[in-house]
Amino acid sequence: MSNAAEHLHHDEHHDHKPAGIMRWLNTTNHKDIGTLYLWFAFIMFLIGGAMAMVIRAELFQPGLQLVDPNFFNQMTTVHGLIMVFGAVMPAFTGLANWMVPLMIGAPDMALPRMNNWSFWILPFAFLILLSSLFLEGGGPNFGWTFYAPLSTTYSNDSTALFVFSVHIMGASSIMGAINVIVTIFNMRAPGMTWMKMPLFVWTWLITAFLLIAVMPVLAGAVTMVLTDKFFGTSFFDAAGGGDPVLFQHIFWFFGHPEVYIMILPAFGIISQIVPTFSRKPLFGYASMVYATASIALLSFIVWAHHMFTTGMPVAAELFFMFATMLISVPTGVKVFNWVATMWRGAISFEIPMLFALAFIVLFTIGGFSGLMLAITPVDFQYHDTYFVVAHFHYVLVTGAIFSIMAAVYYWLPKWCGKMYDETLAKWHFWCSLISVNLLFFPMHFVGLAGMPRRIPDYALQFADFNKWISIGGFAFGLSQLIFLALLIKASRKQGEPATDQVWEGAQGLEWEIPSPAPYHTFETPPMVK
Amino acid sequence: MSEQRPNNNSRLVIKLMAVVLGMFGFGFALVPLYDVFCDITGINGKTNPYAATYDVQDVDTSRTIMVEFITRTNTGMPWEFEARTKRIAVHPGELKTVQFYARNPTTRDIVGQAIPSVSPGTAALYLNKTECFCFNQQPLQAGQDVLMPMQFYVDPQIPEDIEVFTLSYTLYDVTGTSSTVAMNRG
Repeated sequence: MSNAAEHLHHDEHHDHKPAGIMRWLNTTNHKDIGTLYLWFAFIMFLIGGAMAMVIRAELFQPGLQLVDPNFFNQMTTVHGLIMVFGAVMPAFTGLANWMVPLMIGAPDMALPRMNNWSFWILPFAFLILLSSLFLEGGGPNFGWTFYAPLSTTYSNDSTALFVFSVHIMGASSIMGAINVIVTIFNMRAPGMTWMKMPLFVWTWLITAFLLIAVMPVLAGAVTMVLTDKFFGTSFFDAAGGGDPVLFQHIFWFFGHPEVYIMILPAFGIISQIVPTFSRKPLFGYASMVYATASIALLSFIVWAHHMFTTGMPVAAELFFMFATMLISVPTGVKVFNWVATMWRGAISFEIPMLFALAFIVLFTIGGFSGLMLAITPVDFQYHDTYFVVAHFHYVLVTGAIFSIMAAVYYWLPKWCGKMYDETLAKWHFWCSLISVNLLFFPMHFVGLAGMPRRIPDYALQFADFNKWISIGGFAFGLSQLIFLALLIKASRKQGEPATDQVWEGAQGLEWEIPSPAPYHTFETPPMVK
Repeated sequence: MSEQRPNNNSRLVIKLMAVVLGMFGFGFALVPLYDVFCDITGINGKTNPYAATYDVQDVDTSRTIMVEFITRTNTGMPWEFEARTKRIAVHPGELKTVQFYARNPTTRDIVGQAIPSVSPGTAALYLNKTECFCFNQQPLQAGQDVLMPMQFYVDPQIPEDIEVFTLSYTLYDVTGTSSTVAMNRG
C-alpha cells in the first residue's frame, strides 16, 4: 500500500531524479542504465584498445623488443576477453536498454531492479579480471578461448580470478537477456504486434534467447576448468580419463552462438538506419525476421568448424563445412535486402549512414573470408594464422563495433537533445575507415603466407606488412579519441538542438517523443496503428 | 491488464530461469554424452578401458593389417618408455602379444599411467586388448625398470579400407593424485 502511495507521489514529479552518485548506483530507469552500459562499454573499449596498442607495438618490428612473451600472451588474452565481454556485449545491452522500451512503447524495462543489478555487477567482474594482471605470475595468458590444458595444467593460480570474473559476466548477460525477453513479451504497446516490431527489437529478442541458451554452457565450461585445476577433477585431463578435445566442443558450443550474439543486434541497427537515410521502408521485413531466426538456429550446429584440425572424421568435417556455408544464405538475404532498400532511394549520407554503408561493405568482406575458412581442406592452411585474425576483426570491428558507432550517432540526438559535432564526426568516420583497413586488410596476406597468431615474434619476410598493420593500428586507436571528444561534447549538451524526429526519414515510436527523451516516457501506452 | 502484468512477468522469468538452469546442466551433460557418442562412433580414438575376452573362432588370413606402436611421455614425466615392437602385421582375429619397456631413471618413486589413443579413430572400435598395462597404474621405484606386455587382437569386422593403424601410448606422471593414493591404500 505504502509503496503504491509512494509511486503516485513519485510520478507527480515527472523529471525528478536523485542527485549525485546515488542516482547512478540506485537507478532503475532504463535510460540511466542504458547510459551506464554504454559508457562502461566505451571505457572497456579504450582499455582493450590500449592492450591492442601494446600488441601492435611489439609486432611493429620482428624480434622481441618491448614486452616479454608471457606478458604479450596476457595482452592477447585480456584484449579478447575485454572486447567481447566488456565492450561489444555491454554496448549492445546498453542500446537495448535505451531503445527497446522506446521502440515498443513501454514505460521501462520489465524488471528494473534486476536491470540495475545486472549492470552493477559488471564493473566488479572486470575489476577482478584486470587486477589479476598485477598479481605475481600475471593474469590469464592462455587466449580468450582458454583451451585446456593451457588453462588447467599450464596456467597459474590467477586462473581462479579469471573463472570468477567470467561467472559474473555470464550472470550479468543472462539477467540482461531475461529482462529484454520479458520486456518484449509483456510490455509492447497495444497494437504493436510481433510483425510490427522494429528489426532492432526483433534481432535483440533472438539474441537474448541465444544468450540464455549458451551463457550457462560457458559458465559450465569455466567451472570445469576451475575444478580440473584446483579440485582434482579430470574433465579435460587425459591422464584421469578426460579429454582435452571435449573442452573445445563445450567451448565452441557456446562460442559459435556467441559470435552471432555479437552480430545479430548489429543487423538490427543497420536495418533501422538504412531505411531512414534511404527514405524508403525496409525491403523484405518478414524475410529479415526469418533470416535472423535461421542464423540463430543454424549457429547451434556449426561449432566444430573451429576444430577442423583436431582430427575429426571426414564425414563430420563435411557436415560442419556445409552447415557453416548454409549460414551465408540467410546472411546474404540480409545484405541483399539492405542493398534493395537503398535501390532508388533518396539517399543522404549523414554519419550514421556512412557507418552503416561501411558496415555493409566491410562486414561482407569479413563474411567472405569466413566462407574461405569454412572450406575444410584449405582451413588446414589458414588455421591459427593472421588470416583468422583478419576475418574476425572484419566482422567484429568493422561489423559489430561500426554498427554500435552508427547506432550511437543515430540515436545520440534523441538521447542528448543536441546534434553531435559534425566536423568531429566526419574526422572520426574517415580516420577510422581508412586506418581500420590499413590495420586489418594486410593481415589477410601475412596470414595466407603463414604468419601464426598469438606469437610475439615473426619471420623477417612479414616485417613490412606488420609495420603498416601497426601504423594502421595506432591510427585507429587515436581515431577513437576523436570519438571520445565528440561524446564528451555531446554529454555536456553542446551542439545544435535536435528536432523530435531528428532525421527526415526516421519512422517509429522513438522519434515521436521529444528530444532529448524525457526521463519517463510512454507512461500511458501509445496506440500503434 | 496492468494488474496481471507482474504475474505474467514472474511466470515468464521462472520459465526463462528454468532454461538457464537446464542449459547449465546441459553443459555438464555434454561430458557423458561426448563419451557415449565417442564410444559408439570411436571418433576420438579412445580404446576400451576394460580387458576383452578372446572368443574369435576363425582368423581371417586373407587380410593383413599393419599395427604400429608409438610411445611418448607427457611433459614433466621423466621415465624412459618405448615399444619393443615398433610395428607388427596381424591377421584380423589373430591374438598377438607385444612388449613395452619402461624405466624410472630418477631417484624418486613415481606412479605412471599410460593412456592409449588410436589413429584413425574409427579403428579403435575394432582393437580388442585382452591384457594391457594401460588398464592399471604402474608404480616404479627409483631406478627400477619393467617389461610390460600388451595382448590384443583385431576384430575381423574391421572395415576393408583400414589397412594400417597406429596405437599411441602417452605416459603420464600420476604420483600423488587422489586415485593413486586410494589405490595404494587399497
